Amino acid sequence: MLRLSPFTLHQPKTLDEATQLLAQHAPDVRVISGGTDLLPNMKLAQTKVTHLVSAKFLEELHGIERTETHVRIGAATGLKTLAEDPDVLELLPALAYAASRIASPQIRNMGTLGGNISLDTRCRYINQSELWREALGGCLKSHGTECHVVPGGQGCVAALSADTVPSLIAYGAVVELASDKGLRRAPVSELFQQDGTWHVRIAREELLVAVEIPIPSPQTRVAYRKWAVRQSIDFPLVSVAVRLDVADGVLAGGSVVVGALGPRPRVLTLERLVGSTLDEKLAQALGQMVYDRARPLPNIPYDAEYRRERMVVEVRRAVRSLVGLPERPLTPQA
Amino acid sequence: MTAAIKPENASQGRPYAVVGARHGKPDSLDALAGLAKYTDDIALPRMLHAKILRSPHAHARILSIDTSAAEALEGVYAVVVGEEMPTRYGVIPWTPDEQALAADKVRYVGDAVAAVAAISEDVALAACKRIVVAYEVLEPLTTPEAALANPQNKIHESNKHGNITKQVQLAFGDVDGQLAAADLVIEGHYEFHGSTHGALEPHCSLAHVDGRGLLTVWSATQVPHYLHRELAKVLEIPTHKIRVIQPAVGGGFGGKSEPFDLEFVAAKLAMKTGRPVKCLYTREEVFLAHRGRHPFDMHYRTGFTKDGKILAVDGKSVLDGGAYSSFGLVTTYYSGQLLGSPYVFGSYRFDSTRVYTNKPACGPKRGHGSVQPRFAIEVQLDKAARALKIDPIELRRRNFIGENTKTINEFHIGSNGFLECLALVETASDWKAKHAKLPRGRGLGVAGSTYISGTNYCIYPTDLPQSGVQICLDRSGRVRVFAGTSDIGQGSSTMLAVVAAEELGVHLDDVRVVAADSDLCPVDLGSYSSRVTLMAGNACLNAARDLAGKVRQAVAKKWGCEKRDVILADRRAQRLDDPGVWLDITEAFILAEIEFGTMGSTGSYQTPREDVHGEYRGGTIGASPAYSFTAHIAEVSVDEETGEVRVENIWCAHDCGRALSPVLVEGQIEGSVYMGFGETIMEHHHVMPSGLKTDGQRRDTGPGKEGLLAHSSLLDYRMPTTLDTPDLHAGIVEKPDPRGPFGAKEAGEGPLHSVVPAICNAIFDACGVRVDALPVTPAKILAGLRAQRTGGV
Repeated sequence: MLRLSPFTLHQPKTLDEATQLLAQHAPDVRVISGGTDLLPNMKLAQTKVTHLVSAKFLEELHGIERTETHVRIGAATGLKTLAEDPDVLELLPALAYAASRIASPQIRNMGTLGGNISLDTRCRYINQSELWREALGGCLKSHGTECHVVPGGQGCVAALSADTVPSLIAYGAVVELASDKGLRRAPVSELFQQDGTWHVRIAREELLVAVEIPIPSPQTRVAYRKWAVRQSIDFPLVSVAVRLDVADGVLAGGSVVVGALGPRPRVLTLERLVGSTLDEKLAQALGQMVYDRARPLPNIPYDAEYRRERMVVEVRRAVRSLVGLPERPLTPQA
Repeated sequence: MTAAIKPENASQGRPYAVVGARHGKPDSLDALAGLAKYTDDIALPRMLHAKILRSPHAHARILSIDTSAAEALEGVYAVVVGEEMPTRYGVIPWTPDEQALAADKVRYVGDAVAAVAAISEDVALAACKRIVVAYEVLEPLTTPEAALANPQNKIHESNKHGNITKQVQLAFGDVDGQLAAADLVIEGHYEFHGSTHGALEPHCSLAHVDGRGLLTVWSATQVPHYLHRELAKVLEIPTHKIRVIQPAVGGGFGGKSEPFDLEFVAAKLAMKTGRPVKCLYTREEVFLAHRGRHPFDMHYRTGFTKDGKILAVDGKSVLDGGAYSSFGLVTTYYSGQLLGSPYVFGSYRFDSTRVYTNKPACGPKRGHGSVQPRFAIEVQLDKAARALKIDPIELRRRNFIGENTKTINEFHIGSNGFLECLALVETASDWKAKHAKLPRGRGLGVAGSTYISGTNYCIYPTDLPQSGVQICLDRSGRVRVFAGTSDIGQGSSTMLAVVAAEELGVHLDDVRVVAADSDLCPVDLGSYSSRVTLMAGNACLNAARDLAGKVRQAVAKKWGCEKRDVILADRRAQRLDDPGVWLDITEAFILAEIEFGTMGSTGSYQTPREDVHGEYRGGTIGASPAYSFTAHIAEVSVDEETGEVRVENIWCAHDCGRALSPVLVEGQIEGSVYMGFGETIMEHHHVMPSGLKTDGQRRDTGPGKEGLLAHSSLLDYRMPTTLDTPDLHAGIVEKPDPRGPFGAKEAGEGPLHSVVPAICNAIFDACGVRVDALPVTPAKILAGLRAQRTGGV
């Protein structure tokens, strides 16, 4: 079996205690909140830290609260809880669905929303053993100088693989972060950067406390679609959220958010399509738009060309589901 | 979801008390409750842990190994390198090309180079990192094409023919003449990709030398006997000074069918340190040890008459062998030899070449060597049926070889329930109403196959029996069965208990089976080639009948009747002509012990040697005492927008001769179908083929991607989950074979073969796309649909 290198587990009871621990041990520290991604990465010596700060006993990080205008979800809320919460299912169905499609039941029992947002990027050249990476000669994220995905590439392009992120962005979610310097807020759409070695704009000293999502108006429809080879366990190979804002029966705005590309999700707004009727033509137009403007890379283990085609189909199907058309076209595609 | 299907004329009554009853495995609750003791569950006092240093190069010469820094680390007890175990071995005695640890060359990324025994795995790992190996990196050959094109760059210097490990060319009848005379010739090129076993339990070995110098090795193996022999050879100690024990094993599927580096390493380090030493693989090491399905590149020409009779089959295959021979000699023969039934071939020729490449070695995976050619021939038949406008099931019936006959390559076929298998799946799937009649996007496909129930000849030349069983009765009414058989979850211990219980008139729970301990049990060759039920079952039957005769004789003496008037069943000795007269079985055993002394017997099984195979060179390889037969129908739906194939249903009917344990046979059918489905649709043991940069230049310094496993975890090596698995419908057909115990033949491997072509034929029925290069992927379906629209294929 793979060995887990020794570490010290801190279990603070208050936010202050937690942020002080983080400040004290940064950068040799990570928050553990489920650990279903962190511990395997530590076993592969891909993540090397000796201090873990547990989010488990921090009251502020737990619970789902519904106000007049927002749903506030504690970062340590379990993925199973999130997927089954009546308020989330009612108001934010795409987020509940995204949570329900993460990994397997056992992992959803352990994993948390904050953990999924902070999920490390994935790449066929990094999620490997030390022997494998040594045989490869390393890469930008692992003791090397060469990118094997983009020959000559200077930045790591490992893929954002968090299922919840595209729908959080589509819903306009904001995160609340705590550190020993205080609290700050940031939209999830601005939380990611184009650097696969550290793609989340959360400092090592910071703790993700909660996610706040404005309750969408009845005119806003959001769908998340994931494709992976298997119906369970797998990380997404295609990950898209589509938001359609509707007014007077036509499109008034919205966005397409694509994950599983590089380290950062691609957010495409729909201004140019405002006024479109809600039909198959719109599905085709959005499909074409992502085909032109979002490109899967050969970073995660599946044929990138197929993933690009599949991304288009998933966008079309998301649109169809939002405008009341059958998911699959009635006649074979030309 | 699974459901059993039954032949319409299935008999209601059973002639036996235990045989054929719907019992489970007496030991299955232990496995379910976590009580079963696997090798890694065993811990001995003072035990050390070993880790193996592995090569980061696909092909390199070892110039030097410096272990001094590792030895100096606190907690390290010993380091071992290849020169300490120089003897070459191989499971096939004619091709000993492996070393426990590489001494001169490494031949794939992951080849074992040195090993450390230390106080913990962590210390052993740290010590491995301190071992300095100087390599001279050689050009890696990671495809058969590259290996054949560069015979001067030999992966094994001592090999006679460049990088060819084995070539078999056999011809029966006038193939060229018959192809010329055929009304229809179907020519096809097929690619079968590599896949691996995916057993839950990683390989693990524990070794210990006791005060008398006896080496005991516990290992997760499915061939304790071959391990025993190879340990003696490599460690240079006589077999009687070695004891091999196989604890509970968490699945084998062929992946634990030969000795592995960790067994020699644990044993050698135990000998060096005088302490018990355990070595447990990581999942990545299991993928590296591999011995999985060989990738095949196949070209087939098949000639037919206009009414669908097969006049000629001409097959040419290249097998990608990986770095070592493993069972490759046999694989190469099986690639052609096992195709001769269930259909009559008017003439037959095959030419198979196995090639060394710098990749993890391929070997036997469930359906060894014959799943790949079966795919090719069954798709060929489907293409012919379409061209000739004959129903694919009807075309297969017209070519049925029959019972008690010989194949064109001279194998004797005994019982044969293939037609019944076809009929069962045809009815259960509603074939006639659905095949070629469903709306576009949904379709059915059929395929058939055969497999061996063990091989007539052991893999080393000997006239010794293939299986031995010893049985003792005791005064408590218990039956103890001692057998060298290797239960890897398939239920071989249950099978022995069923046979013994049936003959001796006790319940399944009254039989204690002690298996796979070379100090306690007679030799059995192990769990491979689906041999155990037929061979060990017969040995057990012989031993049990001998004892049952004595018990009946002792009881007859007491009752003053003839022995033939006494039967043993349901924990009783019963007078046949007077139901009122009976004895508790324990009393009967006691009477026998008083009469004959301690009650024990042995039984053995040797295969038939006369008139069962061809007299030509290689004519014994693939010859079996009895053959199983299988038919599959798959129902698929194809999403034409995504290219995704969803397998909805698979019906499988399997002729196992006699189902000694129907529940276990159904389990083997379902497991086989699941495994075949997985490798058709998603599994792929894929090694990166190219070290070339995109500009065509080879990287000049440092190691490259070439030879690296693309999928070295169970996350990336995608095996189907329960959500992906189709509904399975298993059907048992019983055509008892006189050579099997109670007529039983194999059930563990046959039901895999024709799943693969049945799915591919169903895809064609659904959308008109042929996928002749596996695995089936959505991209291939989309490419096929595109070609259809642009007037391509």
